[in-house]
Amino acid sequence: MATLTIDAVRLRKNYGTRTAVRDLTLQVKRGEAFGFLGPNGAGKSTSIKMLLGLVKPTSGRALLLDRPVGDREVRARIGFLPEHFRFYDWLSASELILFHGRLCGLAEDQLRRKIPMLLERVGLGAQHAKPIRSFSKGMMQRVGLAQAIVNDPEILFLDEPTSGLDPAGRKLVRDLIREQRERGATVFLNSHLLGEVEQSCDRVAFIRQGNVIAIHEMGAWQAGKTEVEIQVSRVAPSTLESLRRVAQEIRLEGRMLRLHVDGESRLPEVVRCLVEGGAEVYSVVPHRVSLEELFLSTMGPDPGL
Amino acid sequence: MSESAIRVQAPADSPEQQRAQLQAAAGAAVHGGPGILRTTILLARVTFREAARRKILWIAAAAAILFLVLFWTGVHAMLRSNTSLSSTVNQREGTSMMLMMALYAASMLTSMMAALTSCDTLSGEISSGTIHAIATKPVRRWCLVLGKWTGFAGMLSLYILLIDGGCLTIASVEGRHLLPHAAAVLCLLLLQAVLLLGVTMACSTTFSALTSGAITLGLYGLAFVGGWIEQYGALRHVQTCVNLGILSSLIMPSDALWRRTAFKIQPPLLGAAGASPFGSTLIPSNAMVIYAVLYAALALILAIILFERRDL
Repeated sequence: MATLTIDAVRLRKNYGTRTAVRDLTLQVKRGEAFGFLGPNGAGKSTSIKMLLGLVKPTSGRALLLDRPVGDREVRARIGFLPEHFRFYDWLSASELILFHGRLCGLAEDQLRRKIPMLLERVGLGAQHAKPIRSFSKGMMQRVGLAQAIVNDPEILFLDEPTSGLDPAGRKLVRDLIREQRERGATVFLNSHLLGEVEQSCDRVAFIRQGNVIAIHEMGAWQAGKTEVEIQVSRVAPSTLESLRRVAQEIRLEGRMLRLHVDGESRLPEVVRCLVEGGAEVYSVVPHRVSLEELFLSTMGPDPGL
Repeated sequence: MSESAIRVQAPADSPEQQRAQLQAAAGAAVHGGPGILRTTILLARVTFREAARRKILWIAAAAAILFLVLFWTGVHAMLRSNTSLSSTVNQREGTSMMLMMALYAASMLTSMMAALTSCDTLSGEISSGTIHAIATKPVRRWCLVLGKWTGFAGMLSLYILLIDGGCLTIASVEGRHLLPHAAAVLCLLLLQAVLLLGVTMACSTTFSALTSGAITLGLYGLAFVGGWIEQYGALRHVQTCVNLGILSSLIMPSDALWRRTAFKIQPPLLGAAGASPFGSTLIPSNAMVIYAVLYAALALILAIILFERRDL
């Protein structure tokens, strides 16, 4: 079995003279949850549409499951939740899933067994017969999720799945992503909500002005330089001097000692140094760089709209 | 990594087995998606139901029923009055003329319906994103267009059967004789409707709903005026006017189809009396009918090609 489920090389999309995506190059491994992040207008939607075969790239190539994107056989093996999922509002939730299941070419008896389970799973078991006209935005998003997984896809594309969802709905999306991965599916998640991505993904790509500018292994960036806040008392000047061997940018303000270390692995050494110097340590708080801070520092200052 | 731990905890092979079972159950269908016929029927059904839910259809249907009641009352009153129309020939003449006027109005209504119900089907679903969930399924894009076209064509057929079939039935019952060309008349009117449907759908792949509707109705209007110019030219023997009329029929053959329909039911008296918007002095040829059939088919093919090519 191939290890790559998505393999895009130098995908580019021009609309007239405007370039929506300049260079989309990324590889996603089987079973991975991949986050796709970028500011508004960075080319995220165009990128996801190129991978789904909805938009033809101007140049470059992309393979999904070792076949060219847009191939019908590939489309049978993927699922997609579009942003702002909308559908004929006179259908009931179960009719909607039935329609999408049929479009996937699934057998009728199989669908009849599966649809109640799917709707139950997304929390719409009681609403299965109601027309989706009466659904809230969050309920629509849940039906959208159900139609995306009706064919047990090998790659699940989610475009802003948690927009419009309440906390319970967001947890549902996280749980579903986890379940799909346990099943062996790859998840490609396009989201503005960095917290969601941080909790669900293994890797993230940052995209800006149509270019993939960075790809990070989740949590790997924590290994770098870390700022630490330590509450201490009775710190002797000689202790501060000996601290310089393990830490940098040391500042003592009252009882608050701030310093930088090369990774959290140096923390025990710092504490030992303080204690041996006769200081009393009350708390040690390493400041972890969140995905949001990493995102903001990678993207640079907000250019404004 | 944490997810490998999760994978070990999970009942390791049951989802895989389930998946294998599912694939085996669905057979080849899982890999190829639904077939051409199944996709087309699925889309035709959903489009028909979508169109049937629109208020415009029900307003048009109510208008059609009112229209039929009016027509029936009119024909009935005319035939029962003992004035100049007492001979059988005159009665037939009168019935045919009223029938022609009724069918003329009905054909205009049907043309409007064809353009207005279908103008936002592709453009609207592209802009709302409804099409994204459909086009990413393992279906051929051209089947989507064909299915939608079939759904609308089915809806238009029913409408034509109601309003035009109703008129023909009333005229037959009241006039106490069967119209010889009823089937041909219905086919010509349906051809006119699907012709406009195809043009609207082809426009709808590229332009907004409003623009698509306006283009189709604009072409319809052009053909209407062109038809008049042609008839006038034929009466006064002005070849330029006749040629202009033929040119307009080539650009949009809808009016030519109407005039062919009118010829089928036209009472001889009216033909002799000269041009009228309802009748036909110059009868469009068989070649024009074949041209219209090809035109309708090409409009559908164009819609398919444009939709296949465009980014969604």
